[in-house]
Amino acid sequence: MPMSSTEATVSKAEPATSLHREPSGGLRVALQATFRRDLTLLLRRRGEVLNPLVFFALVITLFPIGISPDPELLSTIAPGLLWVAALLAALLSLDSLFRGDYDDGSLEQLLLSPQPLAALALAKVAVHWLLTGLPLALMAPVLGIMLSLPAGSYLVLSLSLALGSASLSLIGAIGAALTVGLARGGVLLSLLVLPLYIPVLIFGAGAVQAAILGDSITAHLAILGALLAVALMLAPWAIAASLRISING
Amino acid sequence: MTLRLQARELACERDDRWLFEDLDLDIVAGEIVRIEGPNGSGKTTLLKILSGQLADYHGELFWNEMPMRQARDAFLSSLLYLGHTTGVKAALTPLENLAWYQAMAGGPDSEPARLAALDGVGLAGFEDLPTGQLSAGQQRRVALARLELTPRPLWVLDEPFTAIDRQGVAELEARLEAHARNGGSVLVTTHHALRATPALRHVRLGAGNAHVQH
Repeated sequence: MPMSSTEATVSKAEPATSLHREPSGGLRVALQATFRRDLTLLLRRRGEVLNPLVFFALVITLFPIGISPDPELLSTIAPGLLWVAALLAALLSLDSLFRGDYDDGSLEQLLLSPQPLAALALAKVAVHWLLTGLPLALMAPVLGIMLSLPAGSYLVLSLSLALGSASLSLIGAIGAALTVGLARGGVLLSLLVLPLYIPVLIFGAGAVQAAILGDSITAHLAILGALLAVALMLAPWAIAASLRISING
Repeated sequence: MTLRLQARELACERDDRWLFEDLDLDIVAGEIVRIEGPNGSGKTTLLKILSGQLADYHGELFWNEMPMRQARDAFLSSLLYLGHTTGVKAALTPLENLAWYQAMAGGPDSEPARLAALDGVGLAGFEDLPTGQLSAGQQRRVALARLELTPRPLWVLDEPFTAIDRQGVAELEARLEAHARNGGSVLVTTHHALRATPALRHVRLGAGNAHVQH
């Protein structure tokens, strides 16, 4: 039943100016604080940081045992294996990207802050890459030795993984944002994100393959860089929009 | 500076059921508006709509006579929302939690202000413990410390008295009244009966219709 609006009976007191302080520090301060907070949080839960790395190491260790210790065979499949295992390891860590914030209510606070959400989301993704993608890229050469990866391709392996995993983090964060409201969004997240990972996988593994064959690697790395540039430009907006959708649901 | 949050013919449907319909609200400076109703009557949903978090509603919202869509930035920088969940990170200390909120609100980075805010909610001595080790009431108090830390005219508080002890409830109530006296506004849901003051208004939700009364 319709109700009329009620005017307040209290007098309209003029609010004290101290009540309303315009945000002065601005975006840079908020970005730094978010970055520092997420970094501290992840460093305090080391298990979460180590999990993808352990997964990566285990998968790569099992392959020579399961297939054959033949160095020639292993070195042919090594680029693809390393890249697929690193990609899956990165995927494994994505689900927790916004989950904690969603559960304890800091995600709604993030959405209600007067700062642009896309930039804040980018800060969170940067932390994710720093503690997942970058360690995977640094660890890959060591595991490459186990797969008899030919000398001379180690640097390219690390470089392609570092570049590629940044795109993976950005694209994956869109999926993580879309599925954060679901109780068990893990499978859906993989289904959503994996097709988008394929171009990165092709050019990433391609770069290592080219390095082994002695071809020019610049084209592959350039495309990986281009993919990262596009992801950097578009993903933050997509993540912000996805988070709004998830919170609305 | 003015403060006026208006809702016109607000309605919200959930699972083929109208939580509330034709709800008109007019909140101005100096008011404490208590939203009441049984469990599941849409109190939290109404607060989320009024704080600009949910877009899934019928009707219109105005902030200082401007449609909410256009006034969103100005609205958000006047709003302090404390949700059902505290928004406090268990792995961080109360000081670290407040440091993040201070930075997000655009305030200057000031440790004395954070310490004073924690002291104000009775958490002196607990500043450097992981928040997860504190009791539920203390964790709620960390969130409530933001009321003092970031001065904002409009407070939207969803069940702020949860897990707070009797003395804490009295202190918080006094703080809400002081905020209204200073020209701020408070929108609050609670099952705790608030002291009757001239600033207090009730909005009752339930059974598909809403009553606004003084």
